[in-house]
Amino acid sequence: MAISLTILMDGLIYAAWLFVVALGMTLIFGVMRILNVAHGSFYAFGAYTMATLLNLITGAGLPFAYGFLAIPLAALAVGGGLGTMMETGVLRWLHGRDEVAAALATFALFLILEDMVPLIWGLDAIPTYQIYGVLGTTDIGGMIFNNYELSFILLAIVVGAITWWGLRHTRQGKIVLAVIHDPEAAQAFGINVRRVFPTVFAIGGVLGALAGAYSAPMITVYPGIGVEAVILAFAVVVIGGLGSVPGAMIGALAVGLARAVAVHLLPQVELFVIYSVMTLVLLFRPSGLFAKPVARRI
Amino acid sequence: MPMPRSTGWLIVIVFGGVALGGLGLPAWMISVGLSAMSQGIVVLGLVVLMRAGLISFGQGLYFGLGGYAVGVLSLEFGITDAFLRVIAAALAAAAVGLLLGCLLRRYRGIFFAMLSLAFSMIFYGLLVKNQNLGSTDGFRVLASTFAGRPPTGGANQLWLFLFACLLSAVCALAVHRYFRSTLGWLATAIRDNETRVEYLGCSVNAAVHLKLVLCSALAGIGGALSAMTVGHIDPAITYWTTSGELVFVAILGGAGSVFAPFLGALVFQVVHTLALAMLPHAWHVILGGVLLASILFMPDGLWSAIARRRERSHG
Repeated sequence: MAISLTILMDGLIYAAWLFVVALGMTLIFGVMRILNVAHGSFYAFGAYTMATLLNLITGAGLPFAYGFLAIPLAALAVGGGLGTMMETGVLRWLHGRDEVAAALATFALFLILEDMVPLIWGLDAIPTYQIYGVLGTTDIGGMIFNNYELSFILLAIVVGAITWWGLRHTRQGKIVLAVIHDPEAAQAFGINVRRVFPTVFAIGGVLGALAGAYSAPMITVYPGIGVEAVILAFAVVVIGGLGSVPGAMIGALAVGLARAVAVHLLPQVELFVIYSVMTLVLLFRPSGLFAKPVARRI
Repeated sequence: MPMPRSTGWLIVIVFGGVALGGLGLPAWMISVGLSAMSQGIVVLGLVVLMRAGLISFGQGLYFGLGGYAVGVLSLEFGITDAFLRVIAAALAAAAVGLLLGCLLRRYRGIFFAMLSLAFSMIFYGLLVKNQNLGSTDGFRVLASTFAGRPPTGGANQLWLFLFACLLSAVCALAVHRYFRSTLGWLATAIRDNETRVEYLGCSVNAAVHLKLVLCSALAGIGGALSAMTVGHIDPAITYWTTSGELVFVAILGGAGSVFAPFLGALVFQVVHTLALAMLPHAWHVILGGVLLASILFMPDGLWSAIARRRERSHG
């Protein structure tokens, strides 16, 4: 009983983390048809900026609780700044090129940014534990869970709900949905599709950076965290169906729970359980769980 | 493509010339050349797929398989002969390609790329968890022998260089012949419109499957050569960043000719060497910059610039 509860809670926390990381990526793909490898850089820069801010705040003698302010600050600064720079500097010039060229361009950006991290922040890990314990712990069925980790589930629900509501119930969101559904038809109805791109890319960036910033207190912030995050986000996004928000949620849950089961019951397979899930899903649903069918060209 | 009849001879002349030049080159250029040729052979395989519009983000699987085949062969059976090593690596990679191809042949576009990525990451996980193969540290690969000749210190690298030239020429000739065959020509047709290819009476999936096997075998050969060059193997050669690098070189070179992958690999290795010397901790910054520039300004790869010049000179 205890073990299944631990698996469930660990799985949910991990799924929440995966969902927040993958959400920005799937949004960007849905709208722009770009598989954004540089999403890992949003994550890494978010985490590092958070670490810097956190150390500034605690260094100035302010109470740790102020550290929570650093999270949205880091997310907005990194996602907005870096996202806008990448979109206007590079990706804008690749409209009309194939998906592989765009994905490789983001791979190039990822390589550049990945090595900027040690140039800016150095090669050593940065301490970020300060606010990890502030929220206390919760006893669930005799198991002790850290509240900060549990709050990640809340974050995932809030972020997911805002995205879902924003897409369905605001004018801007409906425009984005129209572009996801069919960019040409959207353009024919007078939507400036090219103006939607930078905004969506920046929002995707903010989500990626938010995942990084929120994770920072739970992980060790060291060079290389972006590489791992982006490859996991790939798996989640592909399982759910590229560009689908509910798909990202289901994908995150599937991967999160599968990994938790593996970690607790069969630790040897932990490293590849995620890709096994992805392979299984693709075997039976060749375009992911929530992908819309594409017509064959005759 | 101009001068179609002479391309076969051109391959022999170019790699023969490189081999001859190798006799007078300093050691560091030999090692850059070796890395470029082993990478070039892998990318040659990627180009076979690219012509049909398929990109594999999991080529590290076959590349690593080739390397580990070489390592295991000397570890378990004490075989260090270069020819046997390469043959074993090619067969191992081709066999896995044949097996996984049964699944992969049905996928296209981004899903083909992602499924091959998933397979390579599963392989990476298996290697990391395998203590017998040194887990993340990997293990040392013994120096190669050539038809019974024992390794002779510094001269061994030169022998390996000549061997690599021979291997590159053979692979390039084989792929060139394949491009000229019916199945080879079919690649462009598959990229443009699969339904029409089916109406012609050809099985698209079977053609893709064959390309996959060819592509994996070439990656295995390149991996074997790379393992023999470096003298060490570890799971990082199967990680997704390696696969990404290989796709990068394929795009950098272009798909216009069998020379393009080797040109791309040479430029990549030279940039890599220079960048590493200039910015030891941040050489990816330069590498990424080159990649970005090549995507933005040379969409058809380095080879397109040469092909254009050749076309102009031929009127």
